[in-house]
Amino acid sequence: MQDKIEYGKTVGDVFVENPRMSVRGANVYYADKQAIHDVDLDIAKNQVIAMIGPSGCGKSTFLRCLNRMNDTIDICRVSGEFKLDQDNIYSKEIDVVPLRARVGIVFQKPNPFPKSIYDNVAYGPRIHGLAKNKVELDEIVENSLQKAGLFDEVKDRLHESGTGLSGGQQQRLCIARTIAVGPEVILMDEPCSALDPIATAKIENLIDELRENFTIVIVTHSMQQAARVSQRTAYFHMGHLIEVNDTEKVFTNPEHKLTEDYITGRFG
Amino acid sequence: MIDSTAGKNTNKTLKSFNDILPVEEKTRRLNAQLKKRHRKEMRFQMYGVISLLLGFLFLVVFFNSIISKGYTAFQQTFISLDIEFVEDIVDPKGNRDAKEMLRSDYSKLIKDALKKEFPSVKKRKDRKALNKLISSGAVYKLADLVIESPELIGTTQTLWLASDDEIDLLMKGHIDRNLPESERRVKDNSITWVDELVAQDRVVKRFNHTFFNSGDSREPEQAGIMGAIKGSFYVLLVTILLSFPIGLAAAVYLEEFAPKNRITDVIEVNINNLAAVPSIVYGLLGLAVFINFFGLPRSAAVVGGLVLSLRTLPTIIIASRAAIKAVPPSIRSAALGVGASEMQTVYHHVLPAALPGILTGTIIGMAQALGETAPLLMIGMVAFIVDIPQSAMDPATALPVQIYLWADSPERAFVEKTSAAIMVLLAFLTVMNLFAVYLRKRYERRW
Repeated sequence: MQDKIEYGKTVGDVFVENPRMSVRGANVYYADKQAIHDVDLDIAKNQVIAMIGPSGCGKSTFLRCLNRMNDTIDICRVSGEFKLDQDNIYSKEIDVVPLRARVGIVFQKPNPFPKSIYDNVAYGPRIHGLAKNKVELDEIVENSLQKAGLFDEVKDRLHESGTGLSGGQQQRLCIARTIAVGPEVILMDEPCSALDPIATAKIENLIDELRENFTIVIVTHSMQQAARVSQRTAYFHMGHLIEVNDTEKVFTNPEHKLTEDYITGRFG
Repeated sequence: MIDSTAGKNTNKTLKSFNDILPVEEKTRRLNAQLKKRHRKEMRFQMYGVISLLLGFLFLVVFFNSIISKGYTAFQQTFISLDIEFVEDIVDPKGNRDAKEMLRSDYSKLIKDALKKEFPSVKKRKDRKALNKLISSGAVYKLADLVIESPELIGTTQTLWLASDDEIDLLMKGHIDRNLPESERRVKDNSITWVDELVAQDRVVKRFNHTFFNSGDSREPEQAGIMGAIKGSFYVLLVTILLSFPIGLAAAVYLEEFAPKNRITDVIEVNINNLAAVPSIVYGLLGLAVFINFFGLPRSAAVVGGLVLSLRTLPTIIIASRAAIKAVPPSIRSAALGVGASEMQTVYHHVLPAALPGILTGTIIGMAQALGETAPLLMIGMVAFIVDIPQSAMDPATALPVQIYLWADSPERAFVEKTSAAIMVLLAFLTVMNLFAVYLRKRYERRW
């Protein structure tokens, strides 16, 4: 039945003025299977953009294109233009290592390194050579943990293992680790799906605070979460970007029939 | 009754479960099945216990046989004699030159001491038998003593000298005194002399330093394991220096960097094949390549190490790959996500996490190499070598080969040496395996 649906041009406001990232004509293939079909999207500065859609719709794949995490998958091919500020991130001159210092990522399952809390946060600045000495490094670590809202909880045990924290704390540690390299954009791939409601609320508040300094792209399965934390929402369906609009508009007055069906729970 | 109550709750088109299987019948079948299951579990547990007991029984028999045969090798019989260091024999020229004193006939001193001890022995044939009470190696001890302290010349010293291996066996009870004399290696008159010496407290059994300090010898009482231990040490040193870095590099490359294609598949199959190739084939390869083509010295530990590296490589590669594969992919994503390069990801995160597995595999490979015999026979490490090797280039033998050599020797006294050498080998293996367990426990990470 769904095969008959004509996916036309994306409806809503795809473009914004002065975007942080802009994507034009993105196509992604896993071997012969096309996962993303011709997506155009602008990501505005200091905003949270949520990507929603049914399972397997390509929202995570699209997210992982934004800092080239898909490079690690042998069979994955990406085409199209992905710009961060003025740099085409897939051009030959761009090295993925500094790119990932500019576009950080937080994964679904908290994945701290089996090292101390301090070393977890300090790892990024260390490998990028961001801190000249111990004092600077200490400052970056403390600042990042503060921003991630974790510092007060762990300040007495910075040298204990990061894997000993609770799930929610581990996820905030991962966020602190991402912030510690001073990225412009933070990608979040369902960051709360492994957490309980209280930990989820804490992360959601955190996302709202982080918006001041960072541009955030979040993939989520929870429409309530998208409604709570984001300013813009993009709805993906079968690898197509169906609709992009202000979050309020998407949830109250969706333009596209598919978006409306998904929001009202007819499928997904 | 049951039908009517059940009917209300179920869909009309479907039968209730109770219609298919009434409650009593269901309970009966459940219980029957449960009994069957319990019996099965009991049987399974019993098989486990039986196989454990069998294994334990074999182990006890094995250790009992080796230890009961071999423990006496750690002791040696010494006979005390009053040796007079006659200047005319020790240093006829009187210039105290060490080189010349080394060539003197010290066996004469021992013969004279024995003659003094047993003045009644007159016949030439008996004298010869009497002289055989003392190890032929005792002369070296006298020579060393005199050269070290020349002031002994002209004095008479009471010295403990190692007995001949057959007297040693007699003292340890390995020779049956009740056998008729013609079937016994130690004749009646020798036994009488030894008994006389024992009565004078001139015979003792002491800890056998010789066994741990010297190399191989044709005389069992002078044969030691040190040559083989050092040979094995050099072999293992060469093996680990070669096979650990090469094996680890191969495993890391294959697991983390190599593209998955036909070539890597072929390589993988071949590595697994290599692990199953009989070790004698590696010995032949070593003989052809390292000795004949590259001209490395025969019987040298370095060739043994090269051959055993080939033997150990597949083990290390397979164990390391398994350990690397077991590292959760989320750690790789995490490192890549903060901007680590693939190499940094591997060095900072994957390898530390995989290290316990890699080290365990390596030590198991090393233990295998320590027990490997056949390839060493092919490259000449089976030669009779008296000198303790001082480097990996010297001719050497290895522990398992030494066991093979001694087991093959005709002298009765080598039986206990063989068992003792097996005990030494087992001790090393146990230490290595315990070390592997310790490493695994020490570096294991919990996620």
